[in-house]
This record gives sequence, structure tokens and C-alpha cells, in this order.
Amino acid sequence: MSIKVLIPTPLRPYAGKQSVIEVTAQTVGEALSDVVAKHPDLRKHLFSEDGKLRSFVNVYLNDEDIRYLNKDATPVKETDTVTIVPSVAGGR
Amino acid sequence: MATLTEVNPATLSNEEILRYSRHLIMPEVTLEGQKKLKAARVLCVGTGGLGSPLALYLTAAGVGTLGLVDFDVVDYTNLQRQVLHYTSDVGRLKLDSAIDKLTAINPFVEIKRFDTYLSSQNVLEIIGGFDIIADGTDNFATRYLVNDACVLSRKPNVYASIFRFEGQASIFATEAGPCYRCLYPEPPPPGLVPSCAEGGVLGVLPGLLGVIQATEVIKLILGAGEPLIGRLLLVDALAMRFRELRVRKNPECPVCGANPSVKELIDYNQFCGIRGEESEPGPSAKIPEIQPEELKRRLDANEDIFVLDVREPHEYQIVNIKGHLIPLGDLPTRVHELDSSHEIVVHCKSGMRSAKAVDFLRQSGFKRATNLTGGILAWADRIDRSLPKY
Repeated sequence: MSIKVLIPTPLRPYAGKQSVIEVTAQTVGEALSDVVAKHPDLRKHLFSEDGKLRSFVNVYLNDEDIRYLNKDATPVKETDTVTIVPSVAGGR
Repeated sequence: MATLTEVNPATLSNEEILRYSRHLIMPEVTLEGQKKLKAARVLCVGTGGLGSPLALYLTAAGVGTLGLVDFDVVDYTNLQRQVLHYTSDVGRLKLDSAIDKLTAINPFVEIKRFDTYLSSQNVLEIIGGFDIIADGTDNFATRYLVNDACVLSRKPNVYASIFRFEGQASIFATEAGPCYRCLYPEPPPPGLVPSCAEGGVLGVLPGLLGVIQATEVIKLILGAGEPLIGRLLLVDALAMRFRELRVRKNPECPVCGANPSVKELIDYNQFCGIRGEESEPGPSAKIPEIQPEELKRRLDANEDIFVLDVREPHEYQIVNIKGHLIPLGDLPTRVHELDSSHEIVVHCKSGMRSAKAVDFLRQSGFKRATNLTGGILAWADRIDRSLPKY
């Protein structure tokens, strides 16, 4: 299944400056693994050393947080969009 | 101002009726709504990028009591986006500058000033005098502090944050809605997420997001429309795309969940890694440094020193000291351009990125790499004052 993963601005430097990465995956977890395999520099920004998604990074399948779906195992279908939403503090 | 205090907050003077006439004739506001605005007390945390449009529009709209929290002083780099402050205000307290403009726009608004750094010690007392809090700060420690204080005080937190040309906005800590910690239980470790000071921000972006915050504050006061509760608005100004994601109240949230573990305010600087603020933490002590004066003396003596600049090409264009340019992110793939037998002095803008570069180089066998203390900014201050700073 070919789906889109949207990369937010703060993480684009670690993703070859791309805003969208097309991956082939059956689940959200596979999609993220594929993204990290293509752009290894992203790994430490998305996952902690024990391989868990970092708590200041949220992953959405379309408009829903995967924490409230089936997390990594959430299945994806063609036309789905996975969005990485990191916390951003700037305001001044 | 004397005439204002004589007016009952529940009524509008003829002058106010004329001023707010475009509100009064709208079915969504009317006289009743305008009275609600006048009776409302809103606290703006920060009078910078987000705080400027927020305070300007809330003041113009006739919010009766506006609190402003800021301890900062206006500097030149603020003027590109912080439209409350003028060139002539550089060096003044942002609060003084802000209050001048806001009272000039609408003398009917009562402004309460808090010339302080918001902390666990003072936040509950400060927000206690307000109905709605609008968070326009710039660091994770204050973001979590404001969130937790809002949850504990049961006050809505109208939120926005920005980076480069992207922004996020939502309303947290309402009775039934999620809080910031439902969305992000923990802050990133210091240094992993770049700040505006480091990454830059499009000047109009805080304008866009701050106006969204002001809109949501006004809607909450009026009880009109669909507030941005349980929704995270993502704004990409470059693509000019607005997206909306669902934010659920997390039953296991440490602050607003069913069994909260955080029942009082904590030490947020510690929670966010001492300084989860605009700048990154200082380089670790093991990274050897060289002072600008010493580098200057040794370069003048024609010593064989290789100067490496790890900033981005667009920064190099602004100002450089003729160093060899390899952006930090490219260093691993371009390290072969360097000679490990050479003494290498690495610099960036202020010394943070170059510290990382020196750490990387030394681990890669470049044992003679040192970091220029304070970066090109220190060079411009202490060696060559003709250079521009940015």
C-alpha cells in the first residue's frame, strides 16, 4: 500500500528537506519504519533508544491520533495520510 | 482614564456604543455580547510575536480587563514580527511599550501589568484574577506551567505556537476538553527541537496564529460558534494550508485525567531539562573552546588554523569570517573535506551548533578541533565591530 507521510518543518532537515515521503506499508508502524529506513537521521527525533515513539511526537492517521486507534498496528489503506506532529514551543 | 472607572462594567457609555457599533449590529455579538466582552478578564502571557496581535485585537474588541505578563525588553530582532513594538521602543520594557499602544487604541480597556517571569510560585495568583488565559510564550517550561496552572485553576488556555512558517493552535484545559499534556505528555529534551531564535520564524506567522488565538478568546467570551476545543489546527503558511486534527482528552493524563499524578505545580525548568527555552543548553564541559581574542591573535600571527563555519549558506551570506562552510547537517557526509592533522576552529552563530560539530569531529578522530566561544556574534562584538549581527 502506498501512502503519504507528512513531515513537519522542524523535522525536514533530517528528511532530505522533504515535506512528504511516499512509503509502502500495511500499518502505521511499517510506514514510520520505512520513513526512518529512508532517512536514518530522523530516527532519534521520532523514537527513543528503546524504540518507542517519543512522547513529544504525535502520529496521526488522517485526523485521528494513533494512540486512540491501534497505535503502531493501525492498518493503513491507499489514500491515507500519516502526519507527524511534534510539539513546538515558539511564540515570540 | 478617570471617566472609565465611573462606568458600570455591565453598561456601555454612548462613546463605547459608537466605538463597538460594528459588533453591536451583529447577531452573534449584540449589546449583550459586547457587555460580556467588557466584563471579561483575559491574561496574555507574553507580549511578543503571538502576544502582539492578541493584545491588539482583544483591546480593540473591547475586552474589559487585559492582563499582560512579560519581563523582556524590546530588541531590534523583535521588530520583524512583534508589531506592538516600534523602532523607538528598542531598549524599553515590552510592557511599557505595549501599554502605550494598547491604551492609545482603546482607553476603555483596563490593563493589568505583570512585570515578571511566570513561575510555579506566582502563576496561580496571577491567573486567579482572569477568566481566560492566552499562552503566547516561547519555551516549553512556561507552556507546561501555564497548562498545569490552567487545569488546576479550571481556566481555559487558548494556545498557539509557531516555528518558521508553521503554527499550531487549540484550546486546552476547558471543563470537558483535553489539556496540552493530553496532546504532549512530556516536553522534548533540550536541544532536540529547534527554537525560533535558532530556526527563524516568518514575521507574519505569529500574526496569523495570534489572530486565531484572539478569535478563539472572543468566541469563548461570547459563547458563540464552535470553539477550537479538542481540535488542533495546523497552519502551513508556505503551502497556505489549514488542517485540523482531533485531540482527545486522555483518561490517563497526568494532570487532567481521572487519577492525576500532578496535583500541584512542579519545577518546570527541571521538568523541561533546566533550560527548555529559546536557546539550547550550553555545550558540555568537555568540548574545548577558544576565545575570539585568542583566535584573532593566532590568525594574525599566521598560525596554521583551519576555520570551519557550520552554519547554513544563507547565514554565511549575511556575515562570515571567511571560514570553510559545511552546514552542521552535512558534516557527516562531507567530513572528508577536512584534514585531521590540522588544528580546526569551528564556529556557528552563537556556539551551540559548533559545539555539536566539535563533539562529532573529536569522536571522528579530529582531536585538534575546538569551538569558538560565542560564535560569530562574539566575534562581531569583540573583534570586528563592523560586522552585522543577526
